[in-house]
Amino acid sequence: MNRHVLRPVFVALGLLAIILIARTIMVPSDFRISEKGFMYGYHRQGNEAEWENFKVKYRSKKYCEDCHGDEVSGNLSSPHKIIECENCHGPAIDHPDNPEKLPIDRNRDLCLRCHAKLPYPTSMRSEIKGIDPKAHHPEKACFSCHNPHHPNLEDRK
Amino acid sequence: MQPSRRKFLKTVCAGAASLIAAPVILKFLEPGEALAAMEKSKLRWAFLVDTHKCIGCGFCVKACKNENEIPYDASVSRTWVERYVVKKDGTVLIDSPKAGRDGFTSPEVEGQTPEAQDIAKAFFVPKLCNQCENPPCVQVCPVGATYQLKEGVVLVDRKWCIGCGYCIASCPYGARFFNPQLKVAEKCTFCYHRIKKGMKPACVGACPVGARQIGNIKDPEDPVAKVITTSRVAVLKDEYGTDPQVYYLGLDRAVR
Repeated sequence: MNRHVLRPVFVALGLLAIILIARTIMVPSDFRISEKGFMYGYHRQGNEAEWENFKVKYRSKKYCEDCHGDEVSGNLSSPHKIIECENCHGPAIDHPDNPEKLPIDRNRDLCLRCHAKLPYPTSMRSEIKGIDPKAHHPEKACFSCHNPHHPNLEDRK
Repeated sequence: MQPSRRKFLKTVCAGAASLIAAPVILKFLEPGEALAAMEKSKLRWAFLVDTHKCIGCGFCVKACKNENEIPYDASVSRTWVERYVVKKDGTVLIDSPKAGRDGFTSPEVEGQTPEAQDIAKAFFVPKLCNQCENPPCVQVCPVGATYQLKEGVVLVDRKWCIGCGYCIASCPYGARFFNPQLKVAEKCTFCYHRIKKGMKPACVGACPVGARQIGNIKDPEDPVAKVITTSRVAVLKDEYGTDPQVYYLGLDRAVR
């Protein structure tokens, strides 16, 4: 065979070699398939650990109880025991180190998430004690009458 | 032209070599191996949503955004709550203001305020990634930046994602979105960093009424698996063949 015919073949082979070398350098060594096979499991294995080590921010009521035992035990005997502390106070993260203080949200909108009356049949929303926010003391903050940890008005007296 | 002995031997040797080499090269495509590994798995995360219980408080969306560092005021969210109001005349009103992050505090939906006597049924439907058994979003990724774990959770490799958006377009549930800060595809992970440590996902913990639950569908003693296997549950868009693993109690035909 003539040399000029083979020349483009050498060029193609050279390009292929460059691509393969570049690939071995650029693709991380832990890039391979896992239990899920090639279609769903082909990935950089190190990424699994990266996701595992993602920072946990919500620590749940048990974490709060260690220091704020009185508040938690008082809350646990009220209808609001089903609500996590962090729903209203924000994520604890590493409190008390970081952040030192958690915000206290006293906005009416926070209470209205559940207690704005919505007449929805087949939904549990309609079974919750609800108010019309425009008619029920619109100028007042909820906590001036209701204790959010212990919301029954009778208990407050 | 008569083939020479040398040429004949060369062809035979090359053929034999490629026959031996083929299984070695193709080994990573062997489906039997992958299947065997899958059957051994004793853990498969599944999610259960009770639409009767959901009260539309939106604490799940708030917790998810804070836990997973999703820009709080951007109009993107890993989970969201939809409100469905089906009126007696048959019209269906649907909304999800700010993905339901601040809850549903107003009876106004799609610019209308339906009277209580006009409502046939109304309810809230929380949505999130379905962690499909056959995830189309993983199939379309051109760089292998998204993948499925043996526990069933689909993750995105933020360092490897090129942000092409194919996966966002391919998801029939609209569960994926573009992270405006990191410029990569973003999705619910069932809070993989929490469930791996034995904790519940942030949304499950934040739900005051137990409308959102997570469990191991391969464990017959798991309370969530028991509900999924013994109750009448439905999934979203079953016809797409994605085999979604978020099961719904009390799903209505109005829900899309």
